Amino acid sequence: MVEQKTGHISAENLRKIFEQPDGQILEALNDVNVDIKPGEFVSLIGPSGCGKSTFLRLLAGLIQPDDGRFTLDDVAIKKPSYERGLVFQDPTLFPWLTVYENVAFGLKIRNIYKEKRPEVSDFIKLVGLSGFEKAYPHQLSGGMAQRASLARALVNHPKVLLLDEPFGALDAFTRMNMQDELIKIWQRRGTTMVMVTHDVDEAIYLSDRIIVMTSRPAKIESIIDVKISRPRERDLPDFLYLRSKILQILDFAGKKEELQYYL
Amino acid sequence: MSTMYEAAVKAEIKSSAVTFDKKALLPPASAAVTLLVHLLVPDNPGYMQKPLPYFTAALIITLAATLLFSILSLFKQPIREKYTYKAWFIAAAILFLNLYNVVTLKLMLIPVIYFPSPDRILKVFAEEWQFLLKCLGYSARLLGTGYVIGAAAGITVGILVGWSRKWSYWVNPLIKLVGPIPSTAWVPIALVSFPTSFHASVFLIALAVWFPTTVLTSSGISNVKNAYFEVSSTLGANTVQKVFRIALPDAMPSIFIGIFNGTCSSFLTLMTAEMLGVKFGIGWYINWQREMLSYANVYAGLIVIAVTFSLIITVMFRIRDRVLGWQKGVIKW
Repeated sequence: MVEQKTGHISAENLRKIFEQPDGQILEALNDVNVDIKPGEFVSLIGPSGCGKSTFLRLLAGLIQPDDGRFTLDDVAIKKPSYERGLVFQDPTLFPWLTVYENVAFGLKIRNIYKEKRPEVSDFIKLVGLSGFEKAYPHQLSGGMAQRASLARALVNHPKVLLLDEPFGALDAFTRMNMQDELIKIWQRRGTTMVMVTHDVDEAIYLSDRIIVMTSRPAKIESIIDVKISRPRERDLPDFLYLRSKILQILDFAGKKEELQYYL
Repeated sequence: MSTMYEAAVKAEIKSSAVTFDKKALLPPASAAVTLLVHLLVPDNPGYMQKPLPYFTAALIITLAATLLFSILSLFKQPIREKYTYKAWFIAAAILFLNLYNVVTLKLMLIPVIYFPSPDRILKVFAEEWQFLLKCLGYSARLLGTGYVIGAAAGITVGILVGWSRKWSYWVNPLIKLVGPIPSTAWVPIALVSFPTSFHASVFLIALAVWFPTTVLTSSGISNVKNAYFEVSSTLGANTVQKVFRIALPDAMPSIFIGIFNGTCSSFLTLMTAEMLGVKFGIGWYINWQREMLSYANVYAGLIVIAVTFSLIITVMFRIRDRVLGWQKGVIKW
């Protein structure tokens, strides 16, 4: 099933600024160039304020760049679309809909619910929520809500799945479970994945490539290939080596920032 | 599975067993005492009317009904729980009628003109129920027309103001200025602006519903979490879908509060309108009977209003609970 030829993302000279209430201009992203291959799993990691969430929101089409452009399969991204599914740290399930209705939401608003009806149950099953179709979001645990949120994005068959710290609010055990589930889904569906995370281990465990970003100036510090074969073990030497390497880069980036601060 | 089965069997045994609760006897006892007092204590000779059968009949029906429930509660657990819980209140309410009957018909301790005996109030229902129903129908037509217009306008304007900056800019100051004016203060203008007092009253009632509905709809809409809109747009929703599938359902709890406030002020406006000039409403009836010093009819009218309005509110809360079933712990009425 991994024959995904679509889902090629490219960022060219991307720049995004935010004007703050006091009139100061904050550079969220400056001259960012990235190329993400179809079906690739890419993580963005960096200190808070490095613009990684801005990167994701631009890619989702929720905000527009001030300069440069983002393309998906060579088409410029102008506005949000079901082709780029988004999963937040907060599951943001619609509380007035059941799990089933939440997952079916995308199909219903696109008017294809009638033809694709069986897929709703398929995706609920895929994320392991069978039997909870009629539950309302407030009755779910954090992990279950996030699974439902994942199914809701996947049911649209997006070319790209954008994940903004999707497991950040979960306990360590649930988090590791969900990471394995995500890998399975990704391998089965071949969707291009772009994930923002704070967790270096998570980035190495999941990704083909890790984009390490710095704040001030908000840009890409380095892009690291993760050439560890899957399934990965968290305590192998390669894993640990990469981990210390990334931490070093992040630490260095932090010091540079401090230096600049003193100057 | 076996434990579930056992529990079910136990519940079955529990509910089928005859259980007696002394409290279940309170209401019929209270009804019996009231009936005895009414039959045995002689009417005050100063009470210039021939004896009426209505209160006796009503008490016999009450006695029978409460006895029936007492017997049913021996066998059915849910009925027993509800009935014994309410038993003190029901008994007290019947005893209050007893007291009122004694104070009026039996002892004549308070002015008869203003405080007619239960018999005479019941007589109004027995003899004038058709006219009362007709009045209620007129009121319902007036209230219903005004209410539907007001609620529809309120929700529409509320959505527009809550959703669009432009609407908010132009209409919000108007709402803030005009809204808080009690709709009854519009009476002088309404009466000269509309061809009939019916139209004027519809306008006043619509206005009374419109304001709270608009304000709470718009605040509900503008308080929808932005993340819901963002998620829905990445799922493919367009603007119209965001309004009707995200904003509206999420604002529903707030909209209901607006509608409830509107309902209460619409009742008030209805009564004022009817006392001002609309013919054949229940409010008009009360006012007319008061002028004729027929206080028994006034009380009958008040009872009709109390029962109807409380029924309307109860139905609305049922609808609300149904619609907002997804919420954790909705407020109970």
